[in-house]
Amino acid sequence: MHYGGKIITGLVIFLGLVSMPFWFNIGGSFQEPKLELPKDAKICVAPTENMRRNHMKLLNEWRDMALREGKRTYISAKGDKYTISLQNTCMKCHASKEQFCDKCHNAASVTPYCWDCHVPPKEAK
Amino acid sequence: MKQSRRNFLKFAGLSAAGLCLAPATAAMASGGGTSKEGHAVVNSNSLHAKRWAMVIDTRKLNTEEAIEALAETCHHIHNVPTIESDQNIKWMWTGSYGEVFPEQENNFPSEDQEKHKFPLLCNHCEFPSCVRVCPTKATFKRADGIVAMDYHRCIGCRYCMAACPYGSRSFNFMDPRTHLDMDKINTKFPTRMRGVVEKCNFCVERLAVGELPACAEKSGGSIVFGDLQDPDSNVRKALRENFTIRRKPTAGTEPGVYYII
Ligand code: SF4
Ligand code: SF4
Ligand code: SF4
Repeated sequence: MHYGGKIITGLVIFLGLVSMPFWFNIGGSFQEPKLELPKDAKICVAPTENMRRNHMKLLNEWRDMALREGKRTYISAKGDKYTISLQNTCMKCHASKEQFCDKCHNAASVTPYCWDCHVPPKEAK
Repeated sequence: MKQSRRNFLKFAGLSAAGLCLAPATAAMASGGGTSKEGHAVVNSNSLHAKRWAMVIDTRKLNTEEAIEALAETCHHIHNVPTIESDQNIKWMWTGSYGEVFPEQENNFPSEDQEKHKFPLLCNHCEFPSCVRVCPTKATFKRADGIVAMDYHRCIGCRYCMAACPYGSRSFNFMDPRTHLDMDKINTKFPTRMRGVVEKCNFCVERLAVGELPACAEKSGGSIVFGDLQDPDSNVRKALRENFTIRRKPTAGTEPGVYYII
């Protein structure tokens, strides 16, 4: 253990640097974004918890069903029928992209490219 | 405990079997995402065919204005931008006889034929070369013969453009939205983004809700659309009663668009 001291000092400095983001964030707290929920719709195509976790998976499945399998009607677990469409079904209830989609996406720092093609509802200016 | 070679091998075998099983059981336990709970079906009012095809009567539909009017409707409902340059996007456009049927051109054409304009669109070929070359399967042929595109998967390699013998595809060199009046677009249909290829889709989204393609509907009978495999269909009737030709027979793609001359 010729260089023992140096190695250990080096390791301590290295670990300190690597874990810096954690030290900086200690004490801060994450505020869950406050979403604007649809005013005239009470239920979604799936339970809220499921949508929160899996809406991106569902949208991927919807895309393949509609475009590739030609199946454009979705029958939910409750037996309700919906047209498979982000623009024409999801965004009819969630009429504000800024107050709904963006809030979580910004907080989670993800920028999905859905809106490069799918037209979001017009936001009242 | 002393490890014997035999014990070690038994243990290793069991662990390996466990590793193989774990993902399967985990997937079963988690219910596999969202697919188990809801499911998708074909719209009850959608139009079906074994093989969609189009017959265009160029005796009735042959002027630039008439074809432009149909193209305008098509481009409006599909949010196809007009870009005044060679970067324009087109789902339906026009050409002269020689441009449309280069292999069937005669040296002394009739006066009509020289004046006439012919509507052009994707032929939804039986053997589409665009599908064959697409590396991502963004372009694919549906069971009903429609050559469709999944814009989500298009990587803009443009192999399909090189492969299509009819120039039916357009590439978005720039963001199409900058050339659309976003206040006047059809909000029921998406736009595209920069870097993807697009083309006529035989109005799949309309067929899905029981409507005929917009150009056929608006053509006042000069475009018939129907099932090529059904001997009693309107397209088969039109083909039986008239002389028709298709574009570039030597390309071997077997177009699904027929022209009554
Ligand atoms: S016309 Fe061209 S783009 Fe259309 S299906 Fe045929 S090869 Fe593909
Ligand atoms: S440009 Fe898109 S559709 Fe065409 S071949 Fe490439 S991935 Fe396929
Ligand atoms: S079939 Fe539909 S998409 Fe194709 S040219 Fe006609 S209107 Fe346009």
